[in-house]
Amino acid sequence: MSRRRVVITGVGAVTPLGVGADVLLRRWVAGESGIADGEGACRDFVAGDHLSKKEIRRADRFAHFAMTAGDEALAQAGWADELPYAAERISCVLATGIGGLGSLEAQHDLLRDEGPRAVSPLSVPLFMPNAGAGTLSMRYGLRGQSFSVASACAAGSHAIGVATRMIQHGDADAVLTGGGEATLTPLARASFVAAGALSPSGISRPFDSRRDGFVMGEGAGILLLEEAEAAAARGATVLGEVLGYGSTSDAYHLTAPEPEGRHAAEAIRIALRDAGRTAEQVDYVNAHGTSTPLNDASETTAIKLALGEQVARATPVSSLKSSIGHLLGAAGAVEAIATLGAMRERVLPPTLGLEQPDPALDLDFVPLTARPLEPKAERPIALSNSFGFGGHNVVLCLEGVAAA
Amino acid sequence: MATATPEAVEARIVEALASFGPDIEQVTRDATFEELDIDSLDLVELAQIVEDDYGVELKGDDMKNLKTVGDAIELVVARAA
Repeated sequence: MSRRRVVITGVGAVTPLGVGADVLLRRWVAGESGIADGEGACRDFVAGDHLSKKEIRRADRFAHFAMTAGDEALAQAGWADELPYAAERISCVLATGIGGLGSLEAQHDLLRDEGPRAVSPLSVPLFMPNAGAGTLSMRYGLRGQSFSVASACAAGSHAIGVATRMIQHGDADAVLTGGGEATLTPLARASFVAAGALSPSGISRPFDSRRDGFVMGEGAGILLLEEAEAAAARGATVLGEVLGYGSTSDAYHLTAPEPEGRHAAEAIRIALRDAGRTAEQVDYVNAHGTSTPLNDASETTAIKLALGEQVARATPVSSLKSSIGHLLGAAGAVEAIATLGAMRERVLPPTLGLEQPDPALDLDFVPLTARPLEPKAERPIALSNSFGFGGHNVVLCLEGVAAA
Repeated sequence: MATATPEAVEARIVEALASFGPDIEQVTRDATFEELDIDSLDLVELAQIVEDDYGVELKGDDMKNLKTVGDAIELVVARAA
Protein backbone atom coordinates (compact mmCIF):
# COMPACT_ATOMS: atom_id res chain seq x y z
CA MET A 1 0.00 0.00 0.00
CA SER A 2 1.42 3.35 -0.96
CA ARG A 3 1.75 6.05 1.65
CA ARG A 4 -0.90 8.75 1.94
CA ARG A 5 0.46 11.98 0.43
CA VAL A 6 0.32 15.35 2.16
CA VAL A 7 -0.34 18.58 0.26
CA ILE A 8 -0.42 22.19 1.40
CA THR A 9 -3.61 24.01 0.44
CA GLY A 10 -3.42 27.22 2.47
CA VAL A 11 -0.77 29.41 4.08
CA GLY A 12 -0.83 32.54 6.19
CA ALA A 13 1.86 34.66 7.79
CA VAL A 14 2.35 37.61 10.10
CA THR A 15 5.96 38.74 9.98
CA PRO A 16 8.14 41.82 10.37
CA LEU A 17 7.62 42.34 6.60
CA GLY A 18 3.86 42.71 7.07
CA VAL A 19 0.61 40.81 7.41
CA GLY A 20 0.29 38.11 4.75
CA ALA A 21 2.26 35.35 3.07
CA ASP A 22 2.50 37.20 -0.24
CA VAL A 23 4.01 40.36 1.26
CA LEU A 24 6.60 38.22 3.05
CA LEU A 25 7.92 36.69 -0.16
CA ARG A 26 7.57 39.83 -2.26
CA ARG A 27 9.52 42.02 0.13
CA TRP A 28 12.18 39.40 0.85
CA VAL A 29 12.77 38.86 -2.88
CA ALA A 30 12.99 42.66 -3.31
CA GLY A 31 15.79 42.67 -0.74
CA GLU A 32 13.84 44.57 1.90
CA SER A 33 14.40 44.12 5.62
CA GLY A 34 11.82 44.05 8.39
CA ILE A 35 14.49 44.64 11.01
CA ALA A 36 14.73 48.03 12.73
CA ASP A 37 16.63 49.02 15.85
CA GLY A 38 18.08 45.52 16.03
CA GLU A 39 14.74 43.68 16.14
CA GLY A 40 12.22 42.22 13.73
CA ALA A 41 8.97 43.48 15.25
CA CYS A 42 5.61 43.07 13.48
CA ARG A 43 5.13 46.83 13.34
CA ASP A 44 2.34 46.71 10.76
CA PHE A 45 0.24 44.32 12.85
CA VAL A 46 -2.72 45.93 14.64
CA ALA A 47 -4.58 43.22 16.56
CA GLY A 48 -7.87 45.17 16.45
CA ASP A 49 -7.87 45.01 12.63
CA HIS A 50 -8.14 41.22 12.76
CA LEU A 51 -9.53 40.15 16.13
CA SER A 52 -12.36 41.08 18.47
CA LYS A 53 -11.85 42.81 21.82
CA LYS A 54 -12.53 39.51 23.60
CA GLU A 55 -10.09 37.55 21.42
CA ILE A 56 -7.38 40.13 22.03
CA ARG A 57 -7.93 40.13 25.79
CA ARG A 58 -7.95 36.36 26.10
CA ALA A 59 -4.83 35.56 24.11
CA ASP A 60 -1.17 36.52 24.16
CA ARG A 61 0.41 38.32 21.22
CA PHE A 62 1.89 35.05 19.90
CA ALA A 63 -1.63 33.61 19.62
CA HIS A 64 -2.90 36.87 18.03
CA PHE A 65 -0.36 36.32 15.26
CA ALA A 66 -1.36 32.65 14.95
CA MET A 67 -5.11 33.43 14.72
CA THR A 68 -4.53 36.08 12.07
CA ALA A 69 -2.27 33.81 10.01
CA GLY A 70 -4.71 30.92 10.52
CA ASP A 71 -7.58 32.99 9.10
CA GLU A 72 -5.47 33.73 6.02
CA ALA A 73 -4.54 30.06 5.53
CA LEU A 74 -8.13 28.83 5.88
CA ALA A 75 -9.46 31.54 3.57
CA GLN A 76 -6.91 30.61 0.91
CA ALA A 77 -7.90 26.95 1.18
CA GLY A 78 -11.56 27.86 0.81
CA TRP A 79 -12.33 26.73 4.34
CA ALA A 80 -13.55 30.05 5.66
CA ASP A 81 -17.25 29.14 5.73
CA GLU A 82 -17.31 25.40 6.30
CA LEU A 83 -14.96 22.54 7.23
CA PRO A 84 -14.72 20.07 4.32
CA TYR A 85 -14.06 17.07 6.61
CA ALA A 86 -15.52 15.80 9.88
CA ALA A 87 -14.21 18.00 12.69
CA GLU A 88 -12.81 14.91 14.46
CA ARG A 89 -10.58 14.23 11.41
CA ILE A 90 -8.93 17.67 11.55
CA SER A 91 -6.04 18.25 13.94
CA CYS A 92 -4.03 21.24 15.07
CA VAL A 93 -0.31 21.11 15.88
CA LEU A 94 1.27 24.44 16.66
CA ALA A 95 4.84 25.33 17.55
CA THR A 96 6.18 27.91 19.92
CA GLY A 97 9.63 28.38 21.35
CA ILE A 98 8.51 29.94 24.62
CA GLY A 99 4.78 30.76 24.57
CA GLY A 100 3.14 33.82 26.08
CA LEU A 101 6.23 35.34 27.62
CA GLY A 102 4.95 38.93 27.54
CA SER A 103 1.86 37.88 29.49
CA LEU A 104 3.95 35.89 31.96
CA GLU A 105 6.18 38.89 32.62
CA ALA A 106 3.18 41.21 33.06
CA GLN A 107 1.50 38.87 35.55
CA HIS A 108 4.74 38.44 37.44
CA ASP A 109 5.00 42.22 37.73
CA LEU A 110 1.49 42.26 39.26
CA LEU A 111 2.38 39.46 41.68
CA ARG A 112 5.52 41.27 42.83
CA ASP A 113 4.00 44.76 43.03
CA GLU A 114 0.43 44.10 44.19
CA GLY A 115 0.39 40.58 45.58
CA PRO A 116 -1.14 37.25 44.56
CA ARG A 117 -4.75 38.46 44.53
CA ALA A 118 -3.94 40.84 41.67
CA VAL A 119 -2.93 38.02 39.32
CA SER A 120 -5.47 37.55 36.52
CA PRO A 121 -7.55 34.38 36.20
CA LEU A 122 -6.59 34.53 32.53
CA SER A 123 -2.88 34.22 33.30
CA VAL A 124 -2.39 30.53 32.60
CA PRO A 125 -4.48 30.44 29.42
CA LEU A 126 -2.54 33.50 28.24
CA PHE A 127 0.97 32.20 28.78
CA MET A 128 0.72 28.40 28.47
CA PRO A 129 2.72 27.26 25.42
CA ASN A 130 -0.26 25.28 24.07
CA ALA A 131 -2.46 28.41 24.04
CA GLY A 132 -1.93 28.79 20.30
CA ALA A 133 -3.10 25.25 19.51
CA GLY A 134 -6.03 25.51 21.90
CA THR A 135 -7.08 28.88 20.54
CA LEU A 136 -6.97 27.78 16.89
CA SER A 137 -8.77 24.51 17.63
CA MET A 138 -11.58 26.48 19.33
CA ARG A 139 -11.65 29.25 16.73
CA TYR A 140 -12.25 26.84 13.84
CA GLY A 141 -13.95 23.97 15.68
CA LEU A 142 -11.19 21.43 14.97
CA ARG A 143 -11.85 18.34 17.12
CA GLY A 144 -9.01 16.01 16.17
CA GLN A 145 -5.93 15.90 18.39
CA SER A 146 -4.40 19.29 19.11
CA PHE A 147 -1.27 20.20 21.03
CA SER A 148 1.85 22.30 20.89
CA VAL A 149 5.37 21.39 19.98
CA ALA A 150 8.23 23.02 21.86
CA SER A 151 11.73 22.47 20.50
CA ALA A 152 13.00 26.06 20.52
CA CYS A 153 14.05 27.25 17.08
CA ALA A 154 13.31 23.86 15.48
CA ALA A 155 9.68 23.79 16.66
CA GLY A 156 8.02 25.23 13.56
CA SER A 157 9.49 22.52 11.35
CA HIS A 158 8.83 19.82 13.95
CA ALA A 159 5.15 20.82 13.97
CA ILE A 160 4.92 20.47 10.18
CA GLY A 161 6.74 17.13 10.35
CA VAL A 162 4.47 15.73 13.05
CA ALA A 163 1.39 17.04 11.22
CA THR A 164 2.59 15.32 8.04
CA ARG A 165 2.99 12.01 9.87
CA MET A 166 -0.54 12.29 11.31
CA ILE A 167 -1.99 12.49 7.83
CA GLN A 168 0.32 9.83 6.38
CA HIS A 169 -0.57 7.47 9.23
CA GLY A 170 -4.29 8.07 8.80
CA ASP A 171 -4.90 9.72 12.16
CA ALA A 172 -6.14 12.88 10.45
CA ASP A 173 -7.30 14.00 7.00
CA ALA A 174 -6.14 17.56 7.55
CA VAL A 175 -3.95 19.37 10.05
CA LEU A 176 -3.65 23.07 10.73
CA THR A 177 -0.02 23.57 11.68
CA GLY A 178 2.82 26.06 11.94
CA GLY A 179 3.99 28.25 14.78
CA GLY A 180 3.73 31.56 16.58
CA GLU A 181 6.17 33.54 18.69
CA ALA A 182 6.18 36.94 20.42
CA THR A 183 9.19 37.30 22.68
CA LEU A 184 10.40 40.83 22.07
CA THR A 185 10.39 41.31 25.84
CA PRO A 186 12.98 42.51 28.36
CA LEU A 187 13.46 39.02 29.82
CA ALA A 188 13.96 37.30 26.46
CA ARG A 189 16.39 40.00 25.32
CA ALA A 190 18.43 39.76 28.51
CA SER A 191 18.41 35.95 28.41
CA PHE A 192 19.60 35.65 24.83
CA VAL A 193 22.24 38.33 25.42
CA ALA A 194 23.45 36.42 28.48
CA ALA A 195 23.69 33.25 26.39
CA GLY A 196 25.83 35.14 23.88
CA ALA A 197 23.42 34.37 21.06
CA LEU A 198 22.00 37.81 20.25
CA SER A 199 23.80 40.10 17.81
CA PRO A 200 25.47 43.06 19.58
CA SER A 201 25.49 44.97 16.29
CA GLY A 202 21.78 44.27 15.73
CA ILE A 203 22.50 43.18 12.15
CA SER A 204 21.37 39.86 10.71
CA ARG A 205 23.93 38.83 8.07
CA PRO A 206 24.04 35.06 7.83
CA PHE A 207 27.22 33.51 6.40
CA ASP A 208 29.02 36.90 6.37
CA SER A 209 32.46 37.04 8.00
CA ARG A 210 31.23 39.84 10.33
CA ARG A 211 28.16 37.95 11.62
CA ASP A 212 27.92 38.27 15.38
CA GLY A 213 24.68 36.66 16.49
CA PHE A 214 21.00 36.47 15.66
CA VAL A 215 18.45 39.26 15.60
CA MET A 216 15.22 38.41 17.39
CA GLY A 217 11.99 38.60 15.43
CA GLU A 218 8.34 37.79 16.08
CA GLY A 219 5.35 36.55 14.11
CA ALA A 220 3.54 33.44 12.98
CA GLY A 221 3.29 31.13 10.01
CA ILE A 222 0.32 28.78 9.58
CA LEU A 223 -0.07 26.04 6.96
CA LEU A 224 -3.07 23.89 6.18
CA LEU A 225 -2.04 20.34 5.25
CA GLU A 226 -4.50 17.95 3.63
CA GLU A 227 -4.41 14.36 2.47
CA ALA A 228 -3.76 14.66 -1.28
CA GLU A 229 -6.68 12.60 -2.61
CA ALA A 230 -9.20 14.29 -0.34
CA ALA A 231 -7.87 17.69 -1.35
CA ALA A 232 -8.12 16.75 -5.03
CA ALA A 233 -11.65 15.39 -4.55
CA ARG A 234 -12.84 18.73 -3.21
CA GLY A 235 -11.06 20.62 -5.99
CA ALA A 236 -8.54 22.36 -3.73
CA THR A 237 -5.72 24.40 -5.22
CA VAL A 238 -2.47 22.73 -4.19
CA LEU A 239 0.44 24.98 -3.20
CA GLY A 240 2.98 22.21 -2.74
CA GLU A 241 3.63 18.89 -1.08
CA VAL A 242 5.49 17.80 2.04
CA LEU A 243 7.62 15.00 0.57
CA GLY A 244 9.95 14.25 3.43
CA TYR A 245 10.69 14.89 7.09
CA GLY A 246 13.94 14.13 8.89
CA SER A 247 14.77 14.87 12.50
CA THR A 248 17.73 14.05 14.75
CA SER A 249 19.37 15.34 17.92
CA ASP A 250 22.97 16.35 18.51
CA ALA A 251 23.16 15.07 22.11
CA TYR A 252 26.18 17.34 22.31
CA HIS A 253 25.57 20.70 24.01
CA LEU A 254 22.58 22.57 25.42
CA THR A 255 22.94 25.57 23.10
CA ALA A 256 25.88 25.09 20.71
CA PRO A 257 25.46 23.00 17.56
CA GLU A 258 27.73 20.00 17.07
CA PRO A 259 30.51 21.74 15.10
CA GLU A 260 30.97 19.01 12.48
CA GLY A 261 27.27 19.14 11.63
CA ARG A 262 27.07 15.35 11.60
CA HIS A 263 23.60 15.01 13.11
CA ALA A 264 22.18 17.96 11.21
CA ALA A 265 23.52 16.27 8.06
CA GLU A 266 21.83 13.04 9.09
CA ALA A 267 18.51 14.91 9.36
CA ILE A 268 18.99 16.13 5.78
CA ARG A 269 19.74 12.59 4.60
CA ILE A 270 16.68 11.20 6.40
CA ALA A 271 14.43 13.89 4.90
CA LEU A 272 15.70 13.11 1.38
CA ARG A 273 15.31 9.37 1.88
CA ASP A 274 11.82 9.89 3.32
CA ALA A 275 11.00 11.95 0.22
CA GLY A 276 12.46 9.33 -2.12
CA ARG A 277 14.71 11.97 -3.65
CA THR A 278 18.46 12.36 -4.12
CA ALA A 279 20.77 15.27 -3.30
CA GLU A 280 21.15 15.98 -7.04
CA GLN A 281 17.41 16.67 -7.33
CA VAL A 282 17.40 19.52 -4.80
CA ASP A 283 16.87 22.94 -6.41
CA TYR A 284 17.17 25.10 -3.30
CA VAL A 285 18.01 24.94 0.40
CA ASN A 286 16.30 27.33 2.79
CA ALA A 287 18.95 27.51 5.48
CA HIS A 288 18.44 27.85 9.21
CA GLY A 289 21.10 30.58 8.71
CA THR A 290 20.80 32.42 12.00
CA SER A 291 23.80 34.77 11.62
CA THR A 292 25.49 33.28 14.67
CA PRO A 293 29.15 32.34 14.17
CA LEU A 294 28.53 28.73 15.24
CA ASN A 295 25.29 27.89 13.42
CA ASP A 296 26.32 29.20 10.03
CA ALA A 297 29.62 27.31 10.15
CA SER A 298 28.19 23.97 11.32
CA GLU A 299 25.20 24.25 8.97
CA THR A 300 27.49 24.82 5.98
CA THR A 301 29.45 21.73 6.98
CA ALA A 302 26.25 19.74 7.42
CA ILE A 303 24.92 20.68 3.98
CA LYS A 304 28.22 19.59 2.39
CA LEU A 305 28.24 16.33 4.36
CA ALA A 306 24.68 15.46 3.40
CA LEU A 307 24.60 16.54 -0.23
CA GLY A 308 28.24 15.84 -1.03
CA GLU A 309 30.79 18.61 -1.54
CA GLN A 310 30.24 18.99 -5.29
CA VAL A 311 26.44 18.96 -5.25
CA ALA A 312 26.39 21.28 -2.24
CA ARG A 313 28.46 23.88 -4.07
CA ALA A 314 26.07 23.79 -7.02
CA THR A 315 22.94 24.16 -4.84
CA PRO A 316 21.68 27.64 -3.96
CA VAL A 317 21.21 28.22 -0.21
CA SER A 318 19.70 31.33 1.40
CA SER A 319 18.39 32.56 4.75
CA LEU A 320 15.10 34.36 5.39
CA LYS A 321 16.49 35.41 8.78
CA SER A 322 18.61 37.96 6.90
CA SER A 323 15.38 39.85 6.20
CA ILE A 324 13.16 39.29 9.26
CA GLY A 325 15.44 38.04 12.02
CA HIS A 326 14.87 34.85 13.97
CA LEU A 327 11.24 34.02 14.77
CA LEU A 328 12.32 31.18 17.11
CA GLY A 329 9.44 28.66 17.27
CA ALA A 330 7.68 30.27 14.31
CA ALA A 331 10.82 30.38 12.14
CA GLY A 332 10.51 26.94 10.53
CA ALA A 333 6.86 27.53 9.65
CA VAL A 334 7.43 30.96 8.12
CA GLU A 335 10.46 29.62 6.24
CA ALA A 336 8.47 26.69 4.81
CA ILE A 337 5.83 29.17 3.61
CA ALA A 338 8.47 31.42 2.02
CA THR A 339 10.12 28.38 0.41
CA LEU A 340 6.83 27.25 -1.13
CA GLY A 341 6.30 30.78 -2.45
CA ALA A 342 9.82 30.94 -3.87
CA MET A 343 9.25 27.66 -5.71
CA ARG A 344 5.92 28.89 -7.06
CA GLU A 345 7.45 32.15 -8.27
CA ARG A 346 10.55 30.32 -9.55
CA VAL A 347 12.81 32.67 -7.64
CA LEU A 348 15.83 32.21 -5.37
CA PRO A 349 15.40 34.79 -2.59
CA PRO A 350 18.62 36.43 -1.40
CA THR A 351 20.68 36.32 1.77
CA LEU A 352 20.71 40.01 2.70
CA GLY A 353 23.70 41.65 4.37
CA LEU A 354 26.11 39.09 2.93
CA GLU A 355 28.73 41.55 1.67
CA GLN A 356 31.93 40.04 3.06
CA PRO A 357 31.75 36.28 2.59
CA ASP A 358 33.43 34.13 5.23
CA PRO A 359 36.12 32.25 3.25
CA ALA A 360 35.37 29.11 5.23
CA LEU A 361 31.70 29.18 4.16
CA ASP A 362 31.92 28.59 0.45
CA LEU A 363 28.44 27.66 -0.76
CA ASP A 364 26.24 29.68 -3.12
CA PHE A 365 24.35 31.73 -0.54
CA VAL A 366 22.55 33.90 -3.16
CA PRO A 367 24.10 37.07 -1.71
CA LEU A 368 22.15 40.34 -1.70
CA THR A 369 20.10 39.90 -4.89
CA ALA A 370 17.42 37.39 -5.88
CA ARG A 371 17.95 35.19 -8.93
CA PRO A 372 15.66 33.04 -11.06
CA LEU A 373 15.09 29.47 -9.89
CA GLU A 374 15.34 27.07 -12.79
CA PRO A 375 13.98 23.75 -11.57
CA LYS A 376 15.72 20.56 -12.64
CA ALA A 377 12.37 18.82 -13.07
CA GLU A 378 8.77 19.82 -13.74
CA ARG A 379 8.27 20.51 -10.03
CA PRO A 380 11.00 22.16 -7.96
CA ILE A 381 12.33 20.51 -4.81
CA ALA A 382 13.61 22.37 -1.75
CA LEU A 383 14.93 21.56 1.68
CA SER A 384 14.14 23.72 4.70
CA ASN A 385 16.50 23.40 7.68
CA SER A 386 15.70 24.22 11.31
CA PHE A 387 17.94 23.68 14.31
CA GLY A 388 17.23 24.55 17.94
CA PHE A 389 18.70 25.07 21.40
CA GLY A 390 18.67 21.62 22.94
CA GLY A 391 20.37 20.11 19.90
CA HIS A 392 17.20 19.55 17.85
CA ASN A 393 17.62 19.18 14.08
CA VAL A 394 14.71 19.15 11.63
CA VAL A 395 14.70 19.14 7.86
CA LEU A 396 11.65 19.26 5.59
CA CYS A 397 11.74 18.27 1.94
CA LEU A 398 9.11 20.28 0.08
CA GLU A 399 7.94 20.06 -3.52
CA GLY A 400 6.58 23.03 -5.41
CA VAL A 401 3.98 23.03 -8.15
CA ALA A 402 4.41 22.70 -11.91
CA ALA A 403 4.46 25.92 -13.89
CA ALA A 404 0.97 27.23 -14.68
CA MET B 1 -12.06 53.10 48.29
CA ALA B 2 -15.08 54.26 46.28
CA THR B 3 -18.51 54.67 47.88
CA ALA B 4 -20.82 51.88 46.76
CA THR B 5 -23.87 53.85 45.70
CA PRO B 6 -26.12 51.81 43.39
CA GLU B 7 -25.41 54.23 40.54
CA ALA B 8 -21.63 54.07 41.01
CA VAL B 9 -21.60 50.27 41.26
CA GLU B 10 -23.74 49.92 38.16
CA ALA B 11 -21.52 52.24 36.16
CA ARG B 12 -18.37 50.45 37.27
CA ILE B 13 -19.69 46.94 36.58
CA VAL B 14 -21.06 47.92 33.17
CA GLU B 15 -17.72 49.49 32.26
CA ALA B 16 -15.78 46.43 33.43
CA LEU B 17 -18.00 43.96 31.57
CA ALA B 18 -17.79 46.03 28.38
CA SER B 19 -14.01 45.91 28.61
CA PHE B 20 -14.24 42.09 28.53
CA GLY B 21 -15.78 42.00 25.04
CA PRO B 22 -19.43 43.01 24.57
CA ASP B 23 -20.42 46.46 23.27
CA ILE B 24 -21.37 48.73 26.15
CA GLU B 25 -24.94 49.17 24.79
CA GLN B 26 -25.49 45.43 25.20
CA VAL B 27 -24.58 45.54 28.89
CA THR B 28 -28.01 46.31 30.39
CA ARG B 29 -29.29 45.22 33.82
CA ASP B 30 -31.44 42.54 32.19
CA ALA B 31 -28.72 41.13 29.97
CA THR B 32 -27.58 37.63 31.00
CA PHE B 33 -23.92 36.70 31.20
CA GLU B 34 -24.65 33.93 28.74
CA GLU B 35 -25.97 36.43 26.18
CA LEU B 36 -22.93 38.62 26.71
CA ASP B 37 -20.54 35.64 26.34
CA ILE B 38 -19.17 36.37 29.81
CA ASP B 39 -17.84 33.17 31.35
CA SER B 40 -16.47 32.05 34.72
CA LEU B 41 -12.98 33.44 34.02
CA ASP B 42 -14.48 36.87 33.28
CA LEU B 43 -16.54 36.75 36.49
CA VAL B 44 -13.42 36.06 38.57
CA GLU B 45 -11.85 39.11 37.00
CA LEU B 46 -15.01 41.14 37.74
CA ALA B 47 -14.78 40.01 41.36
CA GLN B 48 -11.18 41.27 41.53
CA ILE B 49 -12.24 44.68 40.23
CA VAL B 50 -15.15 44.93 42.67
CA GLU B 51 -12.89 43.98 45.56
CA ASP B 52 -10.29 46.58 44.57
CA ASP B 53 -12.88 49.33 44.20
CA TYR B 54 -15.40 48.59 46.98
CA GLY B 55 -13.68 46.14 49.32
CA VAL B 56 -16.38 43.56 48.64
CA GLU B 57 -15.00 40.05 48.60
CA LEU B 58 -16.93 37.73 46.32
CA LYS B 59 -16.40 33.97 46.49
CA GLY B 60 -16.87 31.40 43.75
CA ASP B 61 -20.22 30.34 45.25
CA ASP B 62 -21.48 33.93 45.14
CA MET B 63 -20.58 34.24 41.47
CA LYS B 64 -22.11 30.90 40.48
CA ASN B 65 -25.64 32.06 41.17
CA LEU B 66 -25.38 35.26 39.15
CA LYS B 67 -27.38 35.17 35.93
CA THR B 68 -27.74 38.80 34.89
CA VAL B 69 -25.83 42.06 35.10
CA GLY B 70 -28.52 43.29 37.52
CA ASP B 71 -27.85 40.31 39.83
CA ALA B 72 -24.19 41.30 40.06
CA ILE B 73 -24.99 44.95 40.76
CA GLU B 74 -27.49 44.06 43.53
CA LEU B 75 -25.09 41.62 45.17
CA VAL B 76 -22.26 44.15 45.31
CA VAL B 77 -24.52 46.96 46.60
CA ALA B 78 -25.97 44.66 49.30
CA ARG B 79 -22.56 43.40 50.45
CA ALA B 80 -21.04 46.89 50.51
CA ALA B 81 -23.86 48.29 52.66
